[in-house]
Amino acid sequence: MAELSTSAIQTDYMAQVRQKRIMNTILLVVFIALMLGGFATANDRNAGGFWNGLPMLLDFPADVISEAYSRAELLPGYFVKYFPSLIETINIAAASTLLGGLLGLVMSLLVTRGLAPVPWLIGPLRRVLDVLRAVPEIVIALVLIFLLGGGPVPAMIAIALHTVGALGKLFSEVNENASLKPVEGLESVGAGWTQRMWLGVIPQVAPNYLSYGLLRFEINIRASAILGFVGAGGIGYDLRNTMSWGQGKFDEAAAIFLLLFFTIVVVDQSSSYLRNRLTHGSAKGEIHA
Amino acid sequence: MSMASLQASTATNFQRKRLMGFTVPAVILIYFAYIFVVFDMSGLAERVSIENTRTLVSDAYSYKTHVTRDNRDGGVSIAIEGERKGRYAEGTAPEWVALGTETLVDLGDDHIVTFGETQVTYDIPGYGMIVTEPGRTGVNATFPTDEIPEWINASKNRVSITTDAGRLTVTRNRSEVFRYAMGWELFFFTLDSPYHGMGFGTLLSHAANGEAGAIWSDFWANKMWRHADVAWALFETILMAFLGTFGAAIIALPLGFLAAKNFTPLGGVRFAARRVFDFLRGVDGLIWTIVLSRAFGPGPMTGSLAILLTDTGSFGKMFSEALENVDGKQIEGITSTGAKPLQRYRFGVIPQITPVLLSQVLYYLESNTRSATIIGAITGGGIGLLLTQAISTQKDWEEVTYYIVLIIVMVMMMDTFSGWLRSKLIKGDEGGH
Repeated sequence: MAELSTSAIQTDYMAQVRQKRIMNTILLVVFIALMLGGFATANDRNAGGFWNGLPMLLDFPADVISEAYSRAELLPGYFVKYFPSLIETINIAAASTLLGGLLGLVMSLLVTRGLAPVPWLIGPLRRVLDVLRAVPEIVIALVLIFLLGGGPVPAMIAIALHTVGALGKLFSEVNENASLKPVEGLESVGAGWTQRMWLGVIPQVAPNYLSYGLLRFEINIRASAILGFVGAGGIGYDLRNTMSWGQGKFDEAAAIFLLLFFTIVVVDQSSSYLRNRLTHGSAKGEIHA
Repeated sequence: MSMASLQASTATNFQRKRLMGFTVPAVILIYFAYIFVVFDMSGLAERVSIENTRTLVSDAYSYKTHVTRDNRDGGVSIAIEGERKGRYAEGTAPEWVALGTETLVDLGDDHIVTFGETQVTYDIPGYGMIVTEPGRTGVNATFPTDEIPEWINASKNRVSITTDAGRLTVTRNRSEVFRYAMGWELFFFTLDSPYHGMGFGTLLSHAANGEAGAIWSDFWANKMWRHADVAWALFETILMAFLGTFGAAIIALPLGFLAAKNFTPLGGVRFAARRVFDFLRGVDGLIWTIVLSRAFGPGPMTGSLAILLTDTGSFGKMFSEALENVDGKQIEGITSTGAKPLQRYRFGVIPQITPVLLSQVLYYLESNTRSATIIGAITGGGIGLLLTQAISTQKDWEEVTYYIVLIIVMVMMMDTFSGWLRSKLIKGDEGGH
């Protein structure tokens, strides 16, 4: 080693720190410029400007709340009236999560190295999952509404397809951490592929699957409400109808807002409780997909 | 534990396992049966529109050219997809149409349609010559056979013939032929551009001769496919995702401190901050979109703000959880050097949580690109708006296909980009600050 005096190390270190600081400052300036430029662009392209709209931001909620307040006695009736639609929205989310989860499970086993029965299919099937994950639900839903007419089925298929992509990937990441010993043990006694997966892999990964499935259900409830808004049935559809009616039906809109809000909160809370229990109280970081 | 009790507990465990193995699939099956009934799946077969399916599928990969004769003044016009933007200039025609006093349309496979002075004829090989005479009294048609086959639809005022080669419709005022061909016609240049129909090599040589700018502007300003508008819409969608995600992160970071147990000793403040997050998340993007579009009108700003509000809730929750997990030792170390509170946060806390926060924020960037498409479709902005517009015309399925492909590519690119940025930033952070 050449002579490394303390002062040499210090100057070297300070130079590095300076360089790092300069880089960070440049990155920060670029980021701020991007944010401001983006904000200005978005503002220009919007029908109403940000600063013009800001004072009006609370007008609409105020209208809705005052109308709902003046006819507060009707709200329970509206809750009953729109409850079936809420059930439909929940059913769309639940059915698509189940369907997508089951298909995603099969797909995940087919794309996990070491478990896949046909190794050369891993690459292509992963691309299929990537594409399924990349398509926004609304795209499939709108096309299916054109073909099948309105109603819950297009929404269910659209959400289920996206769910296959999202859960297929997450499940395969879980599978990769599964121990192969039970699988090998089963293989040595002559178990087929299905038996090896069903008895050797699934019991190991089921809690994680369930946890991801519940998280998906939370996401899918929201998606199902949004798809209703573009004509796929459920509470979103009612919301759009009451909204486009405008003044005079805002009390009904308020009832729907409340129903949707409480459903989302209840589902979020109970699912996060269940997920915590599944992972034995260790509050893992949420995985977002 | 004795052998007997061990065996007994194993036996009950097995019993339970077996019961579960039977019950869970049964419950799922029952639920699907229930869904089958309430969603009226059996009625689905009747609701499927075969006609729509056929239009969609064939339109997605093929296009049709309309040759139309106005039966009142005898004028003939030719237009791709029947659109004004795709109309052939007066006196020009594709090679399969012979203009003149009689217009001959060759549909291929010896199918010939002739627009005469008064008569419109269609010569179908293997069937014969159909002669129609549109006039004031209706459409008088004569068929070579007495029995009219099912692919011909004839009434007093309208005759419509659909064959594999194309389609002829004659009404009192109009005679129209559709000829189908593969591909997305006019994708690069419209008919009024001098570069239409040029091969790639020829184009390249033109570009080398200093016409590159003109070629590009003809392509970019293509009225049929509107490449400039589409590119802008994609940019707008990504902009919405970018502004929404990072704006939310900037707002959520200080709020996250307020909701973290180890930074905010005041229980009341913590409780309030957490309820704000729950509220923002619970109201959900859909409702935020509706509320915001009332104030700001349709556009990308509304979309960004909707994403921003929803994600402030999600980020606030995640950030506060990350902050509760920070290692106190680093902060103590910084404090021992006499650092003030702000410096303690900057050098003791931020470096610890940056990798966690950045990776979460970048995950959201990709998923918000998808949300921005959806919000754009609801509130009107970006590629989502173009997509809903194209779908609502119910005939531009080739454009719908194009947009869907672009959306998928856009989301996948954002996924790759955010993954790349994540590995880059988080790796770059290891070397200290």
